[in-house]
Amino acid sequence: MSDYAVEFDNVTKQFGDNVLFEQFNFNIRKNEVVSIIGPSGSGKSTLLRILMTLEGIDAGMVRVQGESLWHMQKGGAWLPADERHLRKCRGHMGMVFQHFNLFPHMTVLRNITEAPIHVLGQSKEEARANGLELLRTVGLADKADAYPSQLSGGQKQRVGIARALAMRPSILLLDEITSALDPELVDEVLEVIRKLAAEDAYTMILVTHEMYFAREISDRVCFFDAGAIVEEGPPEQIFNQPKHERTRAFLNSFLNI
Amino acid sequence: MPLNEIFSVLAEGALVTIQLVAMALPLATAMAFISGLLRLSEHRALRWLAAIYVEFFRGTSALIQLYWIYFVLPFFGISIDAITAGVVALGLNIGAYGSEVVRGGLLSVDRGQTEAAIALNFSPRQRLWRIIMPQALVGMMPPFGNLAIELVKATSLVSLITIADLTYRAKSLADMTLQVEEIFGLVLVFYFVMAQVLTLAIRALEKHLGKGMDRGGLA
Ligand SMILES: Nc1ncnc2c1ncn2[C@@H]1O[C@H](COP(=O)(O)OP(=O)(O)O)[C@@H](O)[C@H]1O
Ligand SMILES: [Mg+2]
Repeated sequence: MSDYAVEFDNVTKQFGDNVLFEQFNFNIRKNEVVSIIGPSGSGKSTLLRILMTLEGIDAGMVRVQGESLWHMQKGGAWLPADERHLRKCRGHMGMVFQHFNLFPHMTVLRNITEAPIHVLGQSKEEARANGLELLRTVGLADKADAYPSQLSGGQKQRVGIARALAMRPSILLLDEITSALDPELVDEVLEVIRKLAAEDAYTMILVTHEMYFAREISDRVCFFDAGAIVEEGPPEQIFNQPKHERTRAFLNSFLNI
Repeated sequence: MPLNEIFSVLAEGALVTIQLVAMALPLATAMAFISGLLRLSEHRALRWLAAIYVEFFRGTSALIQLYWIYFVLPFFGISIDAITAGVVALGLNIGAYGSEVVRGGLLSVDRGQTEAAIALNFSPRQRLWRIIMPQALVGMMPPFGNLAIELVKATSLVSLITIADLTYRAKSLADMTLQVEEIFGLVLVFYFVMAQVLTLAIRALEKHLGKGMDRGGLA
């Protein structure tokens, strides 16, 4: 069994003629918290989207909990993954989106219980009890019967986190989950993530522009540029002594805002 | 002829019109959803089939479609009674327009909804019926309301294949009594009331389906 929760082996990903990742290699250990930073268009979202099966790859191999994601073995041959295989792999992961993507036609509680009931086959009572418990942990127990349109951005995102957790993933993919929020609402969301990271029960990959937060909770920080990891290491090293000129320039651009 | 007698003759015709609408509307709705969904199928042949249906029935006149079904199909050994011919012609015609409404409604749902549904591991079928369709339905309601009114108005075509609907009775009554003002005045009111009832029903449905949805905002 692999020690890694996520492995990219020589992955190539292109959009039309535009090659984003070329022979890309990247591994993430079980229960590691990894922050990905880098300029817009460097491929941070695409990395998470490939894992969540929202984007395919053009070459190479991606493994999730030791299992190949985009390929399946059948009679000794590798075939492109079919929907059934993808559904098996997706169960390891949960994703939280920049724009929340809550289901507007469902109450908060139903947003959280719908997939556990209809995908995991939980009973309504079980899903409801779990859902309410999750709402308590994200501080929204009183909003169970509200609709998403009645919530603030920070509240929506906390529901988004609870919804992902309800599927009991081992890997959490967080794509700029505070970027769409008003500044005063950022902390309430980061506080939830901080608690999750402290549990040490999840592998977390977070794409973020919150540098202080990345520094605080990450085991490792990776600086991306143009589809490649320019520099990676413990947060102290990346933020205090970046080796590469591009990393330094990027971090400086944040200090100067 | 006294007004109350005119009213009761026309009311009988209106009943026939209502029956036509009541039968053609489910057919049109079924055709709209079936062909609208097929147009988004991953199988090219199914997409084509649906596109041919839609383009054919939108691109030719409803009256000619009705004549074909009632007068021409018998030459090919398919004889159907006038009411059935009327229901089929109207249902297929309005269904073709509805198909575009269904397709457009489904495509208008934010792509992020499908992505969230994939991330939660819903099956493709669950994504459609639990996540996308309930949201798309809300936006489909106003154009569906317009089509329902089109359908009510289009039923008057069946008077041309001898069905004694509202329009048919109005014309025969007018020929007989020459009281055109009263008769056609009443006919207007009848059609208007039927259209209003449908409009209100569909508005209520839209409101019910859109519960909690603050349309236009990000959820
Ligand atoms: N669906 C797509 N079609 C074409 N190009 C895309 C698509 N998604 C992403 N890209 C391109 O891939 C590059 C990386 O995008 P992305 O992963 O979103 O970057 P980041 O999240 O780091 O800002 C960008 O140049 C972007 O234009
Ligand atoms: Mg991005």
